[in-house]
Amino acid sequence: MLLAFGAIRSHGLRSLLTVLGVCIGVSAVILLTSLGNSARSYVTGEFSELGTNMIIVLPGRNETTGGIPPIMGETPRDLTVDDALALGRSRRITAIAPLMIGSAPVSAGGLEREVNVIGTTEGMQTVRHLQLASGNFLSPSDPHIAAPVCVLGETLRKELFGTAKSLGEWLRIGDRRCRIIGVLAASGVSIGTDLDDMVIVPVATAQMLFNSSSLFRILLQVGTHSMPDDTEREIRRIIQDRHEGEDDITIIHQDSVVATFDEILLVLTVGIGSIAGISLAVAGILIMNIMLVSVSQRTSEIGLLRAIGAPAGQIRKLFLAEAVLLSLIGTLSGLLIGFLGAVLMHRLYPVLPLAVPTWAVLAAAGTAMLTGLVFGALPAIRAARLNPVAALSRR
Amino acid sequence: MISLRKISRHYQQGGQQLAALQDIDLEIGPGEYISIMGPSGSGKSTLLNQIALLDRPTSGTYLLHGRDVTGLPDDEQARIRRENMGFVFQFFHLIPRLSAAENIEIPLVLSGVDSVLRKQQVAKAMLSFGLQDRSTHRPDQLSGGECQRVAIARATIMHPGTLLADEPTGNLDQATGKQVIDLLEQLNRQGVTLIMVTHDPAIGERASRRVKIVDGRISSDA
Ligand SMILES: Nc1ncnc2c1ncn2[C@@H]1O[C@H](COP(=O)(O)OP(=O)(O)O)[C@@H](O)[C@H]1O
Ligand SMILES: [Mg+2]
Repeated sequence: MLLAFGAIRSHGLRSLLTVLGVCIGVSAVILLTSLGNSARSYVTGEFSELGTNMIIVLPGRNETTGGIPPIMGETPRDLTVDDALALGRSRRITAIAPLMIGSAPVSAGGLEREVNVIGTTEGMQTVRHLQLASGNFLSPSDPHIAAPVCVLGETLRKELFGTAKSLGEWLRIGDRRCRIIGVLAASGVSIGTDLDDMVIVPVATAQMLFNSSSLFRILLQVGTHSMPDDTEREIRRIIQDRHEGEDDITIIHQDSVVATFDEILLVLTVGIGSIAGISLAVAGILIMNIMLVSVSQRTSEIGLLRAIGAPAGQIRKLFLAEAVLLSLIGTLSGLLIGFLGAVLMHRLYPVLPLAVPTWAVLAAAGTAMLTGLVFGALPAIRAARLNPVAALSRR
Repeated sequence: MISLRKISRHYQQGGQQLAALQDIDLEIGPGEYISIMGPSGSGKSTLLNQIALLDRPTSGTYLLHGRDVTGLPDDEQARIRRENMGFVFQFFHLIPRLSAAENIEIPLVLSGVDSVLRKQQVAKAMLSFGLQDRSTHRPDQLSGGECQRVAIARATIMHPGTLLADEPTGNLDQATGKQVIDLLEQLNRQGVTLIMVTHDPAIGERASRRVKIVDGRISSDA
């Protein structure tokens, strides 16, 4: 060990290069996988912000789900508020939010703009986990009553009112006037619809605004203990009963969408990590080369050690120890740089959560140590096989 | 007690057999001071390597203290070298990146002596070879004579029965060469068997027994 340390000390530059190679490999693995991993948690986090245990019911049968193609000339039945209420009576479903979406000119105090209008019920707050900056959300009442109230998204509020008071003021939406009863807290841009730039009204109000009774979709929140398949069967049964036996809806499970994204991004992360891992193998070859050079440069030293009675095994151990020591230093500094890099990344882009995957740390460190051992073995064996007389006569 | 019986060493060179040593018979008793002399290429180093168990003979038998060591496995021969023999070379063969003290320490490390004991023995050796203020110097910071003294300290740190020296003064000037010879002779007087290869008659003549080699054969032994 004394000799191994000494060798590294004296062959500074060469050892430094090796250490650098391993270090870059390890830190690349750590950095890239943690980048992939934090992108993954970011995306799945955004999705779950849309609502957990959420099921979306759409009118019409989606052919890609493998159902029977619609019979010629058949058009899907519309989803209605009563369909949504019927679903809400199921034990498995904890909250419903019928959804209508359209756009209408919205004005307040002389300012006018075309804005997306959402018609829904109080269930929307539960399903989408909505937070209010001030006031209240739609109150639980008969969804058939078109109350003249609305809830404003934060972006829209800022545009229309600026610093002025908005709560309790009147907003003109299309040909109707609604009192502002609440303002949503800014949610930041998230996947899907941007609720910040919208106005929410009771579903009956929206029906009158757009002169239509068909829903865009129904959002459902299901109990955590419910089996997805059972829930889906129950939803289909309820709608089928109301649609004269026609199975004409499409059901999307939010969780399965998240799971798919999660899977794709995990595969990507592992892939990127493996590519970075290749640089570790390159570092291993570098170690081997450097060790081979080291063996030939130190031939007379090896000869001397053999002459004064070092067994071949000890010489082998010496060179292996040197290779392992080099890759150990490389690994540790690589881990350090990798972690620092991940922290820096988190500082620069706070939206990306700090997530260095444990498996990547273990794999990188393991691979680095293993390459050190494997690629150090050949030079070590070669050194141990040197003939002491021949080795000594070279100087 | 070293005894070589009909030791031959042949080298294969370009399809030709080259006899570096031919039927060498040699008995060396404990405490002897013996010089091996002869012209360049006569086989002096080859003979010393045989005695040192660094090389295996093509034929013949080597008895060490009555035990046949000719066919022993490498590691066993390494152990014998470590425990019974000390080496001094023409080119010192110090490890350049270790300090003088560390170089002297190597045989102790190889034998697994613990570090406290190692430091004590090294300090004692440095003192007796007049190297006490050179312990942290690396070989390139030492003069040739100092290097050879470090090498002798290393060769004797295990208290071997036999000291083998191949041209120990070959790389030194006359005066320092003389000092090194004095040192080796002093060790011999303390009971160590000293076997020294040299092509310098002035040094070789000092030995109590002088072996001359010509063309791989012993031409005189007195
Ligand atoms: N490894 C070797 N391969 C081939 N020939 C060798 C080898 N080592 C020594 N010889 C030959 O053996 C002879 C004796 O060499 P050596 O013992 O080194 O002579 P010296 O008396 O100068 O020390 C020389 O002719 C030399 O060329
Ligand atoms: Mg010679």
